[in-house]
Amino acid sequence: MKKKPVHLRVNGVEKSVFVDEGANLLDVLRRSIGDVSVKYGCGQGTCGACEVMIDGVLHLSCLCLAEAADGSNIETVNSLNNGELHPLQQAFMDNFGAQCGFCTPGMLMAAKALLDKTPSPTMEQVIEAISGNICRCTGYEPIIHAILDAADRMTSQQKA
Amino acid sequence: MDLNVKTFDEVSQASEALADSDGLFFGGGTILMRVVNEGNPNLSLLVRTTDPRMRAINVANDKVILGGGTTMLDIINHQELEFLHAPARAVGGPAIHAMATVGGNLYARHPFGDFTTALLALSATVRFAGDDEDREISLEEMLKDRESLPRRIVTSVAISRPAHDIFRFTKISRVRPHRLPVMTLAACLPINEGKITSARIAYGAMASTPVRVTAVEQALEGRALDPAGIRDAVAVATEGLSPPTDAIATEWYRREVAPVHLRHLLLGNSI
Repeated sequence: MKKKPVHLRVNGVEKSVFVDEGANLLDVLRRSIGDVSVKYGCGQGTCGACEVMIDGVLHLSCLCLAEAADGSNIETVNSLNNGELHPLQQAFMDNFGAQCGFCTPGMLMAAKALLDKTPSPTMEQVIEAISGNICRCTGYEPIIHAILDAADRMTSQQKA
Repeated sequence: MDLNVKTFDEVSQASEALADSDGLFFGGGTILMRVVNEGNPNLSLLVRTTDPRMRAINVANDKVILGGGTTMLDIINHQELEFLHAPARAVGGPAIHAMATVGGNLYARHPFGDFTTALLALSATVRFAGDDEDREISLEEMLKDRESLPRRIVTSVAISRPAHDIFRFTKISRVRPHRLPVMTLAACLPINEGKITSARIAYGAMASTPVRVTAVEQALEGRALDPAGIRDAVAVATEGLSPPTDAIATEWYRREVAPVHLRHLLLGNSI
């Protein structure tokens, strides 16, 4: 199978890899770059577990052609933790927003995409923001409350 | 079979590469990447383009032209396209919005195609790469022949901006806010001296492609948009249709609920 060179900036670090033609970004992040924080759920764009930010916009990495992301800035859930937990991660812990944790990376990235644009969202906006993410064990209410709690913490931090 | 991906700077080059090949055009990836991920052995060539004209949105007076590669997020972020925001938001969650394209939605298989349903009610016309510049076909015609015609690159979709408040859209799902539709409804309801004239009604998920419901349109002609005026239209809500049975709903269920949702749509009731 032919290989193509792809250059990515993953969580602030430059990465250059050769990818198979037709490879999706999820596989490249996990297998070639070693960032296994991105989860393989369905491979069909249905569950949202593989969500990452590409140039600041939420995408499903399983449906992204890796070579189409050439030159892009990729943020995975690993980008949130800079030595201490991100307020979103802390709020998920405090509000029991993660049980098995498989959907959590996608949920956190969907939540980050929301809070980047809408720092004080309504519950409806939170529901809309995670509408592409499936959770099969925690239940959505703790996740929704965790995101609202994180929004409160982040806006309080900014005011302080 | 090895999969090849060819990327071209211009859409005309991509169109030429597709001609006489077994390749498929790769737009936003939300349809084709699923097939790639499944490892379909029959898929040998994907053709894509980075031509910026594919994502251009032109709004001039009442005419709106959407590039075939325009994403749902491009539309949601466009303030002059507010009437299309609900149909664009209906296409999956936020990550899908950033990837799903207008051209791709025209080829989305049942039960998908919510945005196409809206375009159908708005009398959209479609242009393809490789055609003469002045050639465009109606979306209705394109959808009728969709499965039999060779797949080509949709370069743009044109619509007229509807006058204030005459366009309505709703998606009915069992799981809110965004899951597969039981049905999608869109209506363009021009009113002249208190009477509906030349209404266009379209359903999604009620046939193999989004369809116009001409029986309903005819029953609305010359009637007032009130409970008495729409009674005959609601009575023929599924006339001429054979709704599919799938994991979301049976044919029987779709037939039962269609009149209810049509009535809500026409009267502007929120559900």
